Order: sequence, then structure tokens, then C-alpha cells
Amino acid sequence: MAAQKDKDTIRIDHNHDGLDRRGFLKCMAWAGTGALCVLQGGVLKSYSLSDAAGVEKAARGGLSFVQISDSHMGFNKPANTDVTSTLQAAVNKINALPVAPEFILHTGDISHLSKAQEFDTVDQVLKSARPKDVFFVPGEHDVLEDEGQQYRERYGKNTKGSGWYSFDKKGVHFIGLVNVMNLKAGGMGALGAEQLKWLEDDTKQLSKSAPLVVFAHIPLWNVYPDWGWGTEDSAQALSQLKRFGSVTVLNGHIHQTMQKVEGNVTFHTATSTAFPQPHPGAAPSPGPMKVPAEQLRSLLGVSEVTYKRGHHPLALIDSTLE
Amino acid sequence: MSTRNWILGGILFVAIAVVMLRVPGRTAAGPSSAATVKIDNFSFTPSTLTVKAGTQITWTNGDDIPHTVVSDDQTFKSNVLDTDEEFTLTASKPGTYPYFCSIHPKMKGKLVVE
Repeated sequence: MAAQKDKDTIRIDHNHDGLDRRGFLKCMAWAGTGALCVLQGGVLKSYSLSDAAGVEKAARGGLSFVQISDSHMGFNKPANTDVTSTLQAAVNKINALPVAPEFILHTGDISHLSKAQEFDTVDQVLKSARPKDVFFVPGEHDVLEDEGQQYRERYGKNTKGSGWYSFDKKGVHFIGLVNVMNLKAGGMGALGAEQLKWLEDDTKQLSKSAPLVVFAHIPLWNVYPDWGWGTEDSAQALSQLKRFGSVTVLNGHIHQTMQKVEGNVTFHTATSTAFPQPHPGAAPSPGPMKVPAEQLRSLLGVSEVTYKRGHHPLALIDSTLE
Repeated sequence: MSTRNWILGGILFVAIAVVMLRVPGRTAAGPSSAATVKIDNFSFTPSTLTVKAGTQITWTNGDDIPHTVVSDDQTFKSNVLDTDEEFTLTASKPGTYPYFCSIHPKMKGKLVVE
């Protein structure tokens, strides 16, 4: 709570914390009396600083997980001739994190050519990760030639439609969406009517104070339409989620980190563990970007995501492999 | 030389000329039977290809990433083409066939068969 004590001025980065001005004014008044202000479930609660147990209770029930993306197992061109070892380096990075993540989210392009041995190799490497639970969504490279049948057999048990699903962890509601199926000529990613209807039903009963994490392969905002870096009907999905106080959208596909905050929604894309891609428009096309060998691992990485009860937005820390 | 020799020479010349004109030549102006489309930098070149019916068209992927060739109406559909892999199609039915890459749908091309 890095608030200034000046009563007339609020010097808090509004967008960064996502808390409203009125809330902070209240908070500062309480701080003046030696109280600690914590936002819990949309309601400000105060604890006196001597109430150590109370403070600890507020911090407890936190959740930490990690996002990886675009392992492209099977890719072997100059941009990275050994994607297995960079995926292993990503797993080693995860295992070395100071706060042990509870699970891994993989935001797709697990394989490069949807081949069985490619999926097998990724599974093998992930076995060495400390977090044993891995949740996936498919990328366009995972659903080649079989409409995603193999993907669903491996990673899509208990999913609906082409592989969408939701689950809960410590009060956070996770929603895995598929936006790489049935893509139309000239278009970008697409969710489709059936999935949008499912999303509406899935979130209907949730309280607006329930934190949501939505993950999908292609970005759910228009990063760069010319390169297909966006989703045609994501606006419909996002308008359904408008009422929620905390929404975090995690995507991959673009092989670089990018973040955007819009109201209560934080959008984040992860780097690849395989190869980087150019910044929007910085190259003739979004293909694999060759860099000097010693630079490669500084452009690949993992993202650690932490939810502390009462805190919005979720804390996102991107780490490169080197 | 005698007139007879001139006449014989003339007939021979004409005979050879007739034979040569009847042999299909390298320079004969008939329809080309093969055409190519290059896939580079997430684009099809030429973006519009016009061919006569019966032409065999070959798409070659020069990118470091796989692509496909799928007509909008699904009348032709390639396998996934990795780097240097090819897709061949014999254009039999006249018409206009817009197509795209199903992996990167912003990539579009057009095949016109006359």
C-alpha cells in the first residue's frame, strides 16, 4: 500500500493497482490511525498493525501458478534447432522459483506439427517439473489435420466442444478457451457461438467478486490484426465478463510478452519456450525470428502468476531463460 | 547445274520445310502445362494465378513454418506443408478459386482456371 499520507492527493498508480480512488481515500484515513487496509472481495477491511494474525489471515489463501507457451516441439529450423533443451530450461526455471507454483498453464502450440512423438516429448519433459498438474489449451499447431482429435484425447478429457473447460483453485475461476478451430479465410482466431454460449452459462452463477483467469492460445485482444494476432469474436466474450471485478487473460501465440490493462481486465501474453517472433510490423511476416545464439534464451521464458486474496490485478512476473 | 537438279533440290527443300513445320517445335505457342506458386513470408506469390484447364500447379513452402493450401469452398485441400514441401494440383474445372492457409488464415491467394 504505497499511499502518500497527503490527504489531498492520491499518488497511487490507479491502473496498476486497479483500486478506485474513493477506496484509497478511505484507506489513507485508516492508515493515519495505524491500521492496515486490505481489499478483500471488493470490500475494504482494516486491521490494526498489532493484529498480526489478522494480517496473516489476509495474506493466506494465496495462489501461485506459472504460464508457459508455444513449446513447438518438433520445430528444428535455425531460429532454434533444439526446442527440447529450451523447454527443459524453462522447466528448470520453474523448479527454481522461490514460491513453488501449484500448477502449470500451457497456452498452446505444444507441438509443432501435431505429431504423436512431439506431444510425447513435451509430456516427458514436463514430468521433471515440480508442479504435477498441467492445464492446456490448444494452439493452431496442435490441431492440424485431425480437427484436434489427438489433442483432446491427450489433454482434453472432461472438456466440451473442441476442448474448452473451467475449473476452480482457491476461489479463482479458471476458464480455458479454444480459438484456433474452424478459422475462416482472411480472419483471425475465433471462439464460435457454441463456446460463447457455454461461457455465458459457465460464469452465470459466479459472484462478480470471484477472480477470473481466462486462458486461450491466440490473444483475445487485437494485438496486430494484419498478422492474425487477435480473435474475431473476443469482444463478445469480454462483454460477458464485464461485471467481474478481476479478470486476467493469459494468451500465447505471438512469442513475446505484451500486457494491456483495460478497466478490470489485465491481458498478458507469454514468450515461447521455443523461438521468438518479431514485434508487430517490425518484419515482413510473423515467422520465427533468428537471433545470435547467445541471445536466444533471453527471448524465451516463463511467466509466474500470483493471486493474493483481496488483490487485483494478479501479479505477473515474466522471467527469461537467461 | 542442270534444270533437273534445281527442280530436285527445290522439291527436297519443300519436303524438308513441310516436315519441319509439322514437327511440334520448342517455340510453339501452346498453353504451358505447369505453373508454380511460391509460399514465402506468409504470402502466396503470385497472389493471383491464372492458368488454362489441365495445368498442373505446384505450391512450394519456402517459410520456416508450416502452411496449408485450402480453397475457400474446400474443393482442394493440401496436407500440412513443412519447409520445402510441395502440394500439386491439376486444375481441371474452369472457375475462380479463392484459397487460404488454414493455419494462418490471413494468408490468401486466388487461382483462376480458364
